[in-house]
Amino acid sequence: MCTASRLLSDQTIAAIEELFPCYPTRQAVVLPALHIINQQLGHVPPQAVEELATLLGLAPAQIQDTLSFYGFFKQDKPQGKVRIWFCHSLSCAARGAEELLEHLCATLGIRPGQTTPDGMFTLEAAECLGLCDGAPAMLANDTVYTDLTREKLDQIVQSLRSTAS
Amino acid sequence: MTVYIAAIPARRRERCLLRASGEGIARRFRSAALSGLPTMPYQNVLLANVGKPNSHTLAAYLASGGYSTLRKVLKEKSPQEVVEIVRASNLRGRGGAGFPTGLKWSFLPDKHPGPIYFCVNADESEPGTFVNRVQMEHDPHQVLEGTIISCYATGASRAYIYIRYEYPLCWKRMQAAIDEARAAGYLGRNILGSGFSLEVYLHRGAGAYICGEETGLIESIEGRRAWPRIKPPFPAVEGLFRKPTVVNNVETVACVKHILERGVAWFKSIGTPADPNDPRDPGSYGPKLFGISGHVNRPGCYEAPLGISCRELIERFAGGVWKGRKLKAVVPGGLSTGVITAEEIDTPMDFSGPLRVGCLGLGTGCLIVLDETYSMVDFLYNSCRFFAHESCGQCTPCREGTHWALQMLRRIKAGRGRIKDLDLLLEIGDTIGILPGTTICGLADGAAWPIKTAIRKFRQEFEDYIKHTNVAGWMETQPVPALEQSAVAH
Ligand SMILES: Cc1cc2nc3c(=O)[nH]c(=O)nc-3n(C[C@H](O)[C@H](O)[C@H](O)COP(=O)(O)O)c2cc1C
Ligand code: SF4
Ligand code: FES
Repeated sequence: MCTASRLLSDQTIAAIEELFPCYPTRQAVVLPALHIINQQLGHVPPQAVEELATLLGLAPAQIQDTLSFYGFFKQDKPQGKVRIWFCHSLSCAARGAEELLEHLCATLGIRPGQTTPDGMFTLEAAECLGLCDGAPAMLANDTVYTDLTREKLDQIVQSLRSTAS
Repeated sequence: MTVYIAAIPARRRERCLLRASGEGIARRFRSAALSGLPTMPYQNVLLANVGKPNSHTLAAYLASGGYSTLRKVLKEKSPQEVVEIVRASNLRGRGGAGFPTGLKWSFLPDKHPGPIYFCVNADESEPGTFVNRVQMEHDPHQVLEGTIISCYATGASRAYIYIRYEYPLCWKRMQAAIDEARAAGYLGRNILGSGFSLEVYLHRGAGAYICGEETGLIESIEGRRAWPRIKPPFPAVEGLFRKPTVVNNVETVACVKHILERGVAWFKSIGTPADPNDPRDPGSYGPKLFGISGHVNRPGCYEAPLGISCRELIERFAGGVWKGRKLKAVVPGGLSTGVITAEEIDTPMDFSGPLRVGCLGLGTGCLIVLDETYSMVDFLYNSCRFFAHESCGQCTPCREGTHWALQMLRRIKAGRGRIKDLDLLLEIGDTIGILPGTTICGLADGAAWPIKTAIRKFRQEFEDYIKHTNVAGWMETQPVPALEQSAVAH
């Protein structure tokens, strides 16, 4: 592997190697390792898959097979700095999530599944986030937002924009 | 077998059912919101610590007597004795299927050289369900103590707690709890000098509902696509890394802790006793967490005895239907279970109650309440979209069935429905799933029940909608083209 163009940072590799004792097989390291890579790169491009395969002693196809199952990992380009999962399952939909999601789409100028051109936001229409007692709800990176209204959404987008840029 | 014999007389049973919690905890833990309720003798146990300051820390947990049960069990009981106690309690799994926990544990092979694995199912992705989240965020040590006791009983040397990706705070708090417990000697080698050793690891999901199905969960921990396995072999015989494995829900292991702490008699004094005329009925004993969301005044996670009525949960705990509106339908236990009508809400919320009103079962015990203004067409569209999105695609009836159902609902919603579609939808509902015997896992059953119950119980509303929105074509019986993609929002 040519280090000059290596994608995975030393830190990422160390974090993945730290997982080895937690699992009896290297294959089992794949999912947590993908999370670590995704954290570093914002996506998991094919080259990262190959590098991970080398690190774990697996065939790239074994990793690609797992990765492609979980819609969470994207391969083509980095996701936005803020990844928003907006719930539209039943409890949230019953409390107006579909209209709010349309409002959010209009505010950000993108459809679910897309990233804003400035790379700031990626929006996903999500299934139940387990926040139904706070419906309508969304998750932005690691932060939970509940009992959403139009006004609240506008404020959240504004403050996310200023903190993320 | 003695375990199936009802020990509680009917009069006592009624009293148990009435002992609903006066201390159900609102999401924001405002006790003021609930202070209007009469105080009832039922004391919360699963949620006892929730709402106390720093309830997620070891210090707070120890202050409320935490880990004393583990200490006692390790000192006084053999693993076989713990299994026997759990078996005698008739504890049934809280993850959805209600399988007796002690019985599941007893399927593990005798004298296995090991390792035996234990998986705690914290994938909680069933729409409407969020009670495991409350447990892990506010009382992670209770979950951990239950896990350690369960591992001791089953001889597991390693446990994985599978937490869905969307629960970042649960992840943080469970990890902190593991670190604290290990430093204090409750985890690791030779726990509290007992000779029993255990490692607990967290494993993070990546946004797929099917990872909650126990063999999908196992595949996912093994680092593969979460395709459920064909059973048998059951996980107890050949599970994680091809070793004997137990998969239990978060709430189940928390119950194990309380059974060991308070005893079988306590556990069996709560809930609905086994039917003495049905030797196969293990009853519905113990406390249960009920999540209530949708069109109610006080959505939240509440604790009550199994067998409490759906009505009481909605009216007394959740403050009734919001905006002074009338009730239309309730999803009794997570979306998979289907719906019950306003006339059916006196149904007891135990393992048999929802079955008797045509639902899949108690499921997760999490209610979604829908008021009179909510369209059942929207309900079914939302449900079909969920299951079509989450089908893992292995079995043709599930992969194709859920997608055809969604396409039909899309077309109906867009005003191009036919009455015939309702019969086609019912045909799908009646033929996909483990129960009809056409699929590998229960996701397809979960997809089927909302279809079957919504159309059978609200057929008139569907017909009216179709006739009103598709005046020209509702009576069409010949095939019609699917909706073009551009007509589809999301
Ligand atoms: C599609 C599907 C999804 C499931 N999701 C969950 C889940 O998120 N959490 C859970 O505890 N059980 C879930 N289950 C049930 C598990 O397969 C399993 O029965 C349960 O974890 C066993 O634990 P218990 O006996 O303690 O209930 C799911 C089942 C199916 C078919
Ligand atoms: S029933 Fe559906 S989700 Fe379950 S294994 Fe088959 S295709 Fe996958
Ligand atoms: S339905 Fe939106 S969080 Fe559960």
